[in-house]
Amino acid sequence: MTHDGFAAAVSDAATMIDRSVRLTRRNADTLFVSILLPLLMMALFVYVFGGAIETGTQYINYLVPGILLLTTGYGASNTAMAVADDMTSGMIDRLRSLPIRSFAVLAGHVTASVARNSVATAIVVLASLAMGFRPSAGLVEWLAAIGLLLLYVLALSWLAAGLGVIAKSVESASTLSFFMLFMPYLSSAFVQPETMPRWLRPISEHQPITPVIETVRSFLTGSPMGNSGWIALAWCGGLLIASFTLATVLFRRRARR
Amino acid sequence: MIVEATNLRKSYGRTEVLGGVDLAVREGEVVALLGPNGAGKTTIVRILTTLTRPDAGRATIAGYDVVREPTKVRGVISLTGQYAAVDDNQTGRENLVLVGRLMHLGRQAARQRAGELLDRFGLNNAMNHRVKTYSGGMRRRLDLAMSLIGDPQVIFLDEPTTGLDPASRLTMWEAIAELVRDGTTILLTTQYLEEADRLADRIVLLDKGRITAAGTADALKAQIGGQRIELYFAEQTDAIKAVDVLGGVADGTLVNLPSDGTAAHLHAVLDELRSQGLQPVRVSSHRPTLDDVFLTLTA
Repeated sequence: MTHDGFAAAVSDAATMIDRSVRLTRRNADTLFVSILLPLLMMALFVYVFGGAIETGTQYINYLVPGILLLTTGYGASNTAMAVADDMTSGMIDRLRSLPIRSFAVLAGHVTASVARNSVATAIVVLASLAMGFRPSAGLVEWLAAIGLLLLYVLALSWLAAGLGVIAKSVESASTLSFFMLFMPYLSSAFVQPETMPRWLRPISEHQPITPVIETVRSFLTGSPMGNSGWIALAWCGGLLIASFTLATVLFRRRARR
Repeated sequence: MIVEATNLRKSYGRTEVLGGVDLAVREGEVVALLGPNGAGKTTIVRILTTLTRPDAGRATIAGYDVVREPTKVRGVISLTGQYAAVDDNQTGRENLVLVGRLMHLGRQAARQRAGELLDRFGLNNAMNHRVKTYSGGMRRRLDLAMSLIGDPQVIFLDEPTTGLDPASRLTMWEAIAELVRDGTTILLTTQYLEEADRLADRIVLLDKGRITAAGTADALKAQIGGQRIELYFAEQTDAIKAVDVLGGVADGTLVNLPSDGTAAHLHAVLDELRSQGLQPVRVSSHRPTLDDVFLTLTA
């Protein structure tokens, strides 16, 4: 039995991923709701509000990239709650009294989170195609869009893990992650920022979600990309590094009291 | 000494939780930390199991320093905490295999060890059910089984039966007694004198972050008596006079004193009081409780 070295760390992370994925499967109703809600939002905007919103294209073609980011928001909020559940139950003491890297505990949650979000996003894409979404993307554009979304989901999952570590309870983790669900509404997800009041426009244009949506939209529907691709990459990369550092440092500190 | 702690101190903000605790446990020994809520029992366990850093003092487990070599320490200990640390949405078997794999037993060996422990703790019938369907007693037994997966050299049990019904408590005691027979080194915390008496070779009394007494269960019991007599008087002055005559401890109009529980002793006590012109209103007798221990040994 050796507990040192890279192989041991990889093995611990694999075991913890296994656990998180199994717990996700057993908690199917939470997963179901986190897919159902974005689907309902999409139906609502396509069939109810969409007719009144002018975007210069078929509204569903404008809407889908934003719905995809909304989906990841729901997924990330589940991740924050799962981490908080571990932190506030006796489980964290058991895990931390074992000779494993503390990194493995969060890595398990984050990997399961990325897997959950990928499944949810794929389902939402399929549903959108059924509802009339007609992307113009070729294989390369699809791959680029998927790559950016994965990077965004990874960054958001580490942020969620960090919020789960800070939260004093599962309920407060859910409250803390509320902004991840709210941010898409203040972005270019549903309406063009130009239609917003003057004071809100800069917020909408300069928050991280808008460039990600614009880039995915450009890849999938051929809308102009401008420099949003690079801005999106910078946001996602920066958010990933910051969230990862924050989550792991806070985890170690919180666990050390 | 497989567990050795000197001058452990810990404060949270301005509240001192541990005010300099020394503790040593020999290999194969079972030591109970006995004390009321807030005495600092859990803090000691958390420091020794590397979950909390002491403000001052030093502790080693099997020669490894808990602050400087936490991973080494974690390799030789196990912790069963106050709240069963189990995944509700995994089965009993999956919970065991999870810990086995985190101890790097290998998939096959982890499964085999899980099977043995399920057998030993009477969880065979429920092994493929999710833990959320388990009773409180089953959860604790699973929790204990999980902490045995890696064959730890020192087992920490933090209030292993708090919150259990009497029947589950008995089953848990039997499970722990079996570990004791195997010669495992155990440090347990409890609020129940009976539990400490039943399981431990040596009892350490802890109050307000300090050790107030230590010794074998027999030695402590010899000091407090196998039975307690309570005498209720009409006047506080009578109670104080009674203590002058008989010894024991006065608390208002109540006098509490050690006894061997025989009728002859009770007779002798009452005769002695009568000869002094003292007449208790009511008399009762009970087995010593933690309160009696603390009244007697820390007053």
